[in-house]
Amino acid sequence: MAGKAWKFGDDVDTDAIIPGRYLANWNKTPEKLKEHCFADMNPTFASQVQAGDFVVGGRNFGCGSSREAAPIAIKMTGVKVVIAQSFARIFFRNSINVGLLVLESPAAAADIAPGDVLEVDTAAGTIKNVTRRQTYNFKPIPSFLQQILDLGGLAPYVKRRLGIA
Amino acid sequence: MGSTITEKILANASGVDKVTPGEIITAKVDAVIGHDITTAAFRELEKMKVDKVFDRSKVYFTVDHFVPSPSLEAAAQLKDLGGYIKKYEIENWFEQGRGGVCHAIFPEAGLVRPGMVIVGSDSHTCTYGALAAFSSGLGATDVAAAMALGELWLRVPASLRFVFDGVLQPMVTGKDVILHTIGEIGVDGALYKAMEFTGEAIRSMPIDERFTVCNMAVEAGAKNGIIAPDAITMQYLDGRARGPMLTFASDADAAYEAEFRWDASALEPMVAQPFLPSNVAPAGDVRDVKVDQVVIGSCTNGRISDLRAAAQIMKGKKAAQGVRVLVFPATQQVYLEAMKEGLLEIFVEAGAMVSPPICGPCLGGHMGLLADGEVAVSTTNRNFVGRMGHKNSKVYLSSPYTAAASAVAGYIIDPRQVI
Repeated sequence: MAGKAWKFGDDVDTDAIIPGRYLANWNKTPEKLKEHCFADMNPTFASQVQAGDFVVGGRNFGCGSSREAAPIAIKMTGVKVVIAQSFARIFFRNSINVGLLVLESPAAAADIAPGDVLEVDTAAGTIKNVTRRQTYNFKPIPSFLQQILDLGGLAPYVKRRLGIA
Repeated sequence: MGSTITEKILANASGVDKVTPGEIITAKVDAVIGHDITTAAFRELEKMKVDKVFDRSKVYFTVDHFVPSPSLEAAAQLKDLGGYIKKYEIENWFEQGRGGVCHAIFPEAGLVRPGMVIVGSDSHTCTYGALAAFSSGLGATDVAAAMALGELWLRVPASLRFVFDGVLQPMVTGKDVILHTIGEIGVDGALYKAMEFTGEAIRSMPIDERFTVCNMAVEAGAKNGIIAPDAITMQYLDGRARGPMLTFASDADAAYEAEFRWDASALEPMVAQPFLPSNVAPAGDVRDVKVDQVVIGSCTNGRISDLRAAAQIMKGKKAAQGVRVLVFPATQQVYLEAMKEGLLEIFVEAGAMVSPPICGPCLGGHMGLLADGEVAVSTTNRNFVGRMGHKNSKVYLSSPYTAAASAVAGYIIDPRQVI
């Protein structure tokens, strides 16, 4: 996975990721969230982000509301990975559940500059900064969560538990 | 080594004698809660091809965010939700005009009891710790899974202990206690952790203010907030709670990751300034901030004692020229009580507008969005950029006393200077 970094600061809240005014019935047409992603914080993001780019945040990324619309909005822009120093807990869970990869790496979060070209190798557990010729490690995904990811998310896990085909 | 109250509830829910912070457990849930935006969880349930919930008496739904419907999208969502409630035969359903804001209506209806594990797709689900339940917010897919299975994986949180010695001064409330706490530890100061509140000021705190304290635990990043059950808890539950109660207490030798101890009598009315709930200052130190809108209500501060506090300040007074005052009783019952007690009359005579029991402009949905450059003082829980409207608007969080006093003064003020 390779792409360009979009850098954000500490305490990026879910209202900044997708403002509340876009939430009425969002789940019916989730693809519409894309155009409003980071609407107030970075108005050019939605129109310029490319599939495969990375969102990079600081501490406590995704704090605030439990809205699952937040990781879905990011995912709808074509971003597949968010890297941060740390994540707020509900955002972290939601991201795993909807298939957005969230990687905790204080070194990467501190070092990466806007526009840096990054490559992520999930098997090796590394984030490579091609622009700066640096490699950072990320915190391994807990094994229990990895099992859910391996099944393809929480929905397949629930179906398997209930014996639904 | 003993256990904290949070650990004891989670051990009980996962069928073991003891759990340890960091351990991943599967806990049985006693209730799953949701609101209109949680319609998404039912859609996930459908996608999972799950045709019934684990226990239809243990799923609670209300509508509070986008009601009465402000748009065609919201109207369509509410219609869909009504269909799902029927399809899944949800027993505890509070439709428009029968309920109110989720974290106020479910406890009020006796559906929250000590020792329960409650999850819901609203971040302020942690409110129920005020009644000594373990409760935590989740997203729609997690809630769908919990509704399907009646259980949920959780990492056992380490506990932080917050001790408030002494008693609060008049007009210093639970809201000021929690704003002080978040100001001290920061918006990620309790990330993934349990916040346990104790000490003389907590033990003597009325139940409505305890709800406020636990409600905002998530604003410090916490998984849950909790207060041990006592006579005040039991008085609230008496004649109200339906079902068994499990009263746990933390052991004297329970392990806490950290302890914070403050003198409650030294606390002042606080405000959280833009743009984080941790950016706190005493209201009296915030000078020359002119106010365009005052919001009194929400899952944080929309209960009857909150309205009484605001009315105490506003009685016989008028809101300052140019200040819009919006009052949101949190439930139909609170509305009715406020009417019977004459509080609504006080608000209306002061120039305030009184709304049905909904979340209002707290999340910037509708019913009072702010324009470019406008300032609100609000008893709600978040003041992020653009939270209540335009990205250049500002929200100051406060108690109902401070919000009402600021409405009367026209600028942010310590309520003790108004009375």
